[in-house]
Amino acid sequence: MFDILILSRIQFAANISFHILFPTITIALGWLLFYFKVRYDLSKHPVWMRAYRFWVKVFALTFALGVVSGITMSFQFGTNWPGFMETIGNIAGPLLAYEILTAFFLEATMLGIMLFGFRRVPSWVHTGATFLVAFGTTMSAFWIIVLNSWMQTPAGFELIDGVVHATDWFAIIFNPSFPYRFTHMLMASSLTVCFLVAGLSAYRIYRGDNKKAPRITLRTAIFSAALLAPMQVFVGDLHGLNTLEHQPQKVAAMEGLWETQKGAPLVLFGIPDKETKTNKFAIEIPKMTSFILTHDFNGEVKGINEFEGKHPPVAPVFYSFRVMVGIGFSMILVAWWCSYSLIRKKALAKPQLCILIAMTFIGWVATLAGWYVTEIGRQPYLVSGVLKTADAVTTIASDNVLFTFILYVTLYIVLLTVYVKTLFLLARKAIEVEEYDLVPPGIIETKSETASEHKVAATANSTTRSIPLTQTKEA
Amino acid sequence: MDFMFSAQGLPIVFGVLISISILLYAILDGYDLGVGILLPMDNAEQRDVAISSIGPFWDANETWLVLAVGLLLVAFPAAHSAILKALYLPATLMLIGLILRGVAFDFRAKVKQTRKIVWDYTFKIGSYVTAFMQGFMLGLYVMGLEYNVYSILFATFSGFCVVAAYSLIGSTWLIMKTTEDFQKRAIGWAKRAGVLSALGILTVSLINPLVNQSVLKIWTQLPWAYLYAAIPLLCFFMFILGYLVLSRLPLADDHGASLPFYMVVIVFVCCFLGLSFSFYPYVVPGELTLFEAASAPESLRIILVGSLFVLPFIGGYTVISYYTFRGKAEKLRYY
Repeated sequence: MFDILILSRIQFAANISFHILFPTITIALGWLLFYFKVRYDLSKHPVWMRAYRFWVKVFALTFALGVVSGITMSFQFGTNWPGFMETIGNIAGPLLAYEILTAFFLEATMLGIMLFGFRRVPSWVHTGATFLVAFGTTMSAFWIIVLNSWMQTPAGFELIDGVVHATDWFAIIFNPSFPYRFTHMLMASSLTVCFLVAGLSAYRIYRGDNKKAPRITLRTAIFSAALLAPMQVFVGDLHGLNTLEHQPQKVAAMEGLWETQKGAPLVLFGIPDKETKTNKFAIEIPKMTSFILTHDFNGEVKGINEFEGKHPPVAPVFYSFRVMVGIGFSMILVAWWCSYSLIRKKALAKPQLCILIAMTFIGWVATLAGWYVTEIGRQPYLVSGVLKTADAVTTIASDNVLFTFILYVTLYIVLLTVYVKTLFLLARKAIEVEEYDLVPPGIIETKSETASEHKVAATANSTTRSIPLTQTKEA
Repeated sequence: MDFMFSAQGLPIVFGVLISISILLYAILDGYDLGVGILLPMDNAEQRDVAISSIGPFWDANETWLVLAVGLLLVAFPAAHSAILKALYLPATLMLIGLILRGVAFDFRAKVKQTRKIVWDYTFKIGSYVTAFMQGFMLGLYVMGLEYNVYSILFATFSGFCVVAAYSLIGSTWLIMKTTEDFQKRAIGWAKRAGVLSALGILTVSLINPLVNQSVLKIWTQLPWAYLYAAIPLLCFFMFILGYLVLSRLPLADDHGASLPFYMVVIVFVCCFLGLSFSFYPYVVPGELTLFEAASAPESLRIILVGSLFVLPFIGGYTVISYYTFRGKAEKLRYY
């Protein structure tokens, strides 16, 4: 009925797109929580623990979604892409196994202590558990990006009877595109979390939360973003140059460059047309692409036509790239503008808060767009030069794949909606909560630090008496 | 040691590793799925206690499934593909069940109070679907991964057996982790689930050798038959002993409250050994042996070195986690 290749690709894309949303948050959020916890251990100031407590709930929810959506992946490799493991199993196998052994168990086990163990273990053990969870999520990212980078730029192997055998594990792990992709992804995760934290904190402040915790998390997030966003542009540029060296056809698609030329223009926008092999309505800056890619206004850049039958579809790569870069630059602008206000005026104006709220999940869009660039850009290969996607696909009846696809997508839409709504609900709940019993024994909050909190508490007391002082929540 | 790393030894070592992972998964996620299946919808307070008893553990428990499927994928890719392609639809439904219960676990505590009950139902239904589908897949596996009226009937029956078995281990977990009224309730559940599980295991043990000639041969071949006979004997001895223990619980000072759980663990081990011996050396029943399906030895060696190094650590911090949350379940606090 339907083409099994297209269906399997769409289904895998849907599953992995849904999955990547959650690790993108947990990787960096784990380290942010570790930072909050260390600040608390050093200062014993309860505001850090309040920040921790709010964001650890977001972490728990996000982590759960990441775990359950990830289990699906371990099944799909074999069911939908049997040719993948048959051809490169000798390399993908150990990498996946190491991910499970060194990362999954560590994070899943330590998570229990991180979430519920604060009162049961000494504080340093709790801090250690937080560190190990953050470390585990990063290790998991490490192994999976090793595998993905190897699929993009394979190295350290030999082909015997069409099956890949490892010859040099160091070359496999540190394959040419790995350092760039790993850095780029870690920073993407950090920026996603910066804007998530800034967005939800701005939402709390916008709704009248005068407590110190949201202001402190807002500052942390905005200042980090102001620093990281320009660095990400720099890392992204290095990553692009690396791609130019190893996968020039991908860069040609990203730039929308059909003909090989010297002094190639930068296409700001246009509509790539694969029939005529031109861009319609293109807005271009002359010679700019040559300058960016070769650092010479008249440098030669290879066009898509050089790679007949071996290049990716141009339009999706071209558009996704523009979405990613566009969001990247908008992040720099917003982060710098808000930083300026925070430094000068110590607070953000209402329009700034609104913009941050609107940008709460913008990191997701940029991350997905970036992955679409690199993954669609690898087509028609599953493993560059080694295995074509079409040769790895399953023989399952396409009706079954279609049926499960509809199930998954329905479920994902529901879960994503509930997830986003729940995050804002958690923020609204946090506004109402008084947190005085959170002061650790022997520590008195000084008036200057909590004056505004006292005032709010006094006025809100009559209405919020019924709300329990500690927001006890199981799971 | 040399044998472990040799081309003949590696498939066996990985077969054993996968088996241990599946067994640990069945025991560990078994109890938390069982708690989900038994979730008392008539008592909100007991629901909170039940869920907090598994709160710190369920994530790690599910990881054993990822390890089992992951090791199958990397060590026996041909078997992974053959088995899971045959089980594509039930596996997908199981995954949906797992996703639903996993997220329900977190959403129930964070959404509006009025919506909590919706996620409690989701948790219960998701747990039920997951357990049933696992049993269904096991049934199909025993029937040689073929779809016909008999195999589907048997698989459906096997699905209910696994639901009963998980309820059994879940209820004994609750006996260990709860007090007073809830504990008494769990004892009642354990008795009922125990009877159903015993009947289920008995039926499967009789049908399996009848439909699989090779299985019958393995279990009746002397002198091994004497040794193998110990497995079902021990299993049913545990059922009888367990029923006697349950009839006397609860005792003063909560003595013996954890006994039933460990007895059920022994039952699980027996069932698992029974099934493993029935199918060895096949990984896809009647079609593909461990040796035929294995990946290249050099890759398996690398995974084995890593596993031997890492598994003690996994054991270590699992112990730390269970030690930290020992004793009766209390209301979980994020902080």
